[in-house]
Amino acid sequence: MSQLSTKHLLGIKDISTEDIQLIFETADNFKDVLNRPIKKVPSLRDITIANIFFENSTRTKLSFELAEKRLSADVVNFSSSNSSVKKGETLIDTVNNILSMKVDMVVMRHSSPGAPHFLSKNIKANIVNAGDGTHEHPTQALLDSFSIREKLGDVAGKKVAIIGDILHSRVAISNIFCLQKLGAEVMVCGPITLIPKHIASLGVKVEYDVQKALAWCDVANVLRIQLERQQIKYFPSLREYSLYYGVNKKMLDRLDKEIVIMHPGPINRGVELNSDVADSEHSIILNQVENGVAIRMAVLYLLAGVK
Amino acid sequence: MVILVWRIENVISNKFYDLTLRSFPLFQSNSFYICTQTKAMQKRLVLDQQQIEIILKRFCHQLIENHDTFENTVLLGLQPRGPIVLDKLVKLLEEISGIKVPSGYLDATFHRDDFRRRDFPLKANETKINFLIEGKKVILVDDVLYKGRSVRAAMDAMIAFGRPAKVELMVLVDRKFTRDYPIMPDYCGLKVNTLESQYVMVEWADNGYDKDAIWITEKA
Repeated sequence: MSQLSTKHLLGIKDISTEDIQLIFETADNFKDVLNRPIKKVPSLRDITIANIFFENSTRTKLSFELAEKRLSADVVNFSSSNSSVKKGETLIDTVNNILSMKVDMVVMRHSSPGAPHFLSKNIKANIVNAGDGTHEHPTQALLDSFSIREKLGDVAGKKVAIIGDILHSRVAISNIFCLQKLGAEVMVCGPITLIPKHIASLGVKVEYDVQKALAWCDVANVLRIQLERQQIKYFPSLREYSLYYGVNKKMLDRLDKEIVIMHPGPINRGVELNSDVADSEHSIILNQVENGVAIRMAVLYLLAGVK
Repeated sequence: MVILVWRIENVISNKFYDLTLRSFPLFQSNSFYICTQTKAMQKRLVLDQQQIEIILKRFCHQLIENHDTFENTVLLGLQPRGPIVLDKLVKLLEEISGIKVPSGYLDATFHRDDFRRRDFPLKANETKINFLIEGKKVILVDDVLYKGRSVRAAMDAMIAFGRPAKVELMVLVDRKFTRDYPIMPDYCGLKVNTLESQYVMVEWADNGYDKDAIWITEKA
């Protein structure tokens, strides 16, 4: 099959393993395109895509925009900070206004979980979720698994530890769904206050000791502490967090094996990840960024290609 | 009468009917031949293994004549079915001339003009070109030339690897009177007359078929 089972990419939970494999195979081809002297293909030349970001973003927005431009799509950008949203316009009115300008696809980031799902029920365009609150961030999970597949050959059978602020992380949730669908074992690790209460019901292991988590895993995906989403104090200080949960080179040296280090960015150097690890040969952080464009090209191509 | 005999030969050369005849002698009656004539019309052999080999050898000699030492020449097989022709050609060319001509596979899926006009997007294949084609003489190799749209897309895709000095097209079978674009092959194995309702089917022993063969069949 060369068709996704869905019209929108709202979350990894909603798509099948076959969909993920198809996205990966297509991304392989796009990665090849990105390594050519001319990195552009004309596939989406008659498509207009609106990037609607109600939340701040650097990497994801840039990556989507680059993917769209590499596919020759027309791109319009919208960010809530300088728009009529500030004047009290509702989400659906904002999007419908954009769509009346003949937009075919919408890439949306929103601080409310479920915002893209709501949109998908009310408008005709294809929706790609670029992060909805603490719910899902599907393209990040896809590019993370794609990077593991690229580095280790396969995702199935691999042990992946997600370390950090699991409670506020949409990347963690999407990664758990994606990795499990591809046959990996998943562990979450962090301070007890930053691990959701019933996370074990998703079939993941829970560990509070980061050294044990590192000893268990083949891949450590280290997440950022999301201070902007924390309304109350979940740990005494960043210094203390760094002391107990920050991944540094000493910890990796203590292991009797080599593990792969990932981070979805932006990194708070010296907090969750030390520079000696982030810039080491174990790190595939920049590969993740490179793969992000190929994965997003694949998603847009497969969603837009349906008549 | 000649036509009738030719058709029966084709029926027998077809593996399925051959096996059926051997397994069920009852079917060796006149009635069986009559009823299978319709089937035979649906699948007509246009090139057998020996003819394909002769054509590939001819291609090699034509290439040697036109490209001499192949100093500045590269071969590109158009995915998905061109690479198999290309691999055979490269091997044969090396046997005949002793020269291993640089070759690669080119996929034009992302350059096609029927995106969003199909029910779902086509799955892309591998592009494997380990050289730049800037200033090179490029020979595009495919099995069947039909509408010319794939070749147009391929030329578009090819430009991403540089500006070639010259581009030539080589096909095993050229379907006459079906072109949508003004594209003609420089090297052609066989020209055939076909209807829109027909399909040129290429079978390779490397892909699990008994022998290399090219057929004309009715579209399903």
